[in-house]
Amino acid sequence: MGLGVIERERIAKRAAREIKSGMIVNLGIGIPSLVPNFLDPGTSVMIQSENGLLGIGESPEKGREDENLCNAAGWPVTVVKGASYFDSALSFGMIRKGAIDVTILGSLQVSQSGDLANWIVPGKKVPGMGGAMELAQKAKKVIVVMSHTDKNGAPKLVADCTLPLTAKGCVDMVITEKAVITIDSGGFVLKELMNEEDLDDVLRLTDGKVRIELPLS
Amino acid sequence: MTVLNKRIAVEDAIADLKDEATVMFGGFGGVGSPPSFISAILKKGVKNLTVICNDAGFPGIGIGPLIVNNRVRRLIASHIGSNPVAGKQMTDGFLAVEFSPQGTLAERIRAGGTGLGGILTDIGIDNDMVRQGKKIVSLNGRAYLAEEALSAEYAFIYGKTADEFGNIIYDKTARNMNPLMAMAADRTFAEVERIVPLGELDEEEIVTPGVFVEGVAETEGVNWKWVWES
Repeated sequence: MGLGVIERERIAKRAAREIKSGMIVNLGIGIPSLVPNFLDPGTSVMIQSENGLLGIGESPEKGREDENLCNAAGWPVTVVKGASYFDSALSFGMIRKGAIDVTILGSLQVSQSGDLANWIVPGKKVPGMGGAMELAQKAKKVIVVMSHTDKNGAPKLVADCTLPLTAKGCVDMVITEKAVITIDSGGFVLKELMNEEDLDDVLRLTDGKVRIELPLS
Repeated sequence: MTVLNKRIAVEDAIADLKDEATVMFGGFGGVGSPPSFISAILKKGVKNLTVICNDAGFPGIGIGPLIVNNRVRRLIASHIGSNPVAGKQMTDGFLAVEFSPQGTLAERIRAGGTGLGGILTDIGIDNDMVRQGKKIVSLNGRAYLAEEALSAEYAFIYGKTADEFGNIIYDKTARNMNPLMAMAADRTFAEVERIVPLGELDEEEIVTPGVFVEGVAETEGVNWKWVWES
């Protein structure tokens, strides 16, 4: 199901709480790119962009764009003090080495064992993996932000992914418009309900094993 | 032996480029792709090219127009999502696409440019499509995919400034695959904003030493509209 602006921003706002000062962060396109708007003032991070930049700043004002200074989605950015440029080999060198503390990605499906399927719909969309496999396999923490169900209303949190995997067992946390769910060896763990969603609704729309660990209210 | 003045006209650089050639193009979503070389190659009419590039560009941006105009039959890339024509040609069987994870693609090109046979990496080892047909090598108790080095007959790259020997510095995120591809081809030609006499570039700042570069041409700048401009 497509999400509205308010839901997308709510997800981004919640994801922003996972980012702490001093972290090295890589953000995917779509909802992840909204996350910096919701960081607490004073949270100082270095945002990495796999096209060869560590230290993304705010979007430039209209008319002040530099065509050779863009993020991985091709949109103009600025840099913060202390930023650096490098080639693609070095960019993925730092990713594979594990220098990225958190990556926030979109996804098509996530399984109860943390498998990520976000790169291909067989027979339909074949965009290629870009840099998603490296980020999923090697970032210290992988957070998926996505709609809770697909456009037909089917769960995207599943026992086993039916779509081809990007990487196995890599997802630590999923934030949707309905819930915040972590993943451990026992499967999904329901940690929070978003926007006073109904618990039964969330459980009905989530496949796979779910343990409930909601805060006492 | 090498010449110390490598200035060349764009048309002369591509004079020997033929159908069926294997060609690397720098650029990431068109940022850092060489626009003057791409339009000259389009005009020349060569076809059945094998192209190695980070991605398929956008239909009117980067290497996109080479694909849209049916010049490419085989593409080695990490992503084609921004160019729907590439996706359609792939589905129709006109364009053969080999996907490589982006960092693996970069290292395969680097390996090709630095005299190595390939690399060992665990990226994609759980992925059937990436793993397919590749040897798995065990080293110190860990499993890696053996990924072959990539090289090409030509590399067309984009830089900010070159000197007459072909030493190159780059411009922000327009660097991407360019310095890697510069090393990985039999014949590398760079398109730059400015060519300066020997001695004008700070030796400490040079990213690509001129030994890898056959010719440098001045760019006419991008002849496309960026997505963010519309």
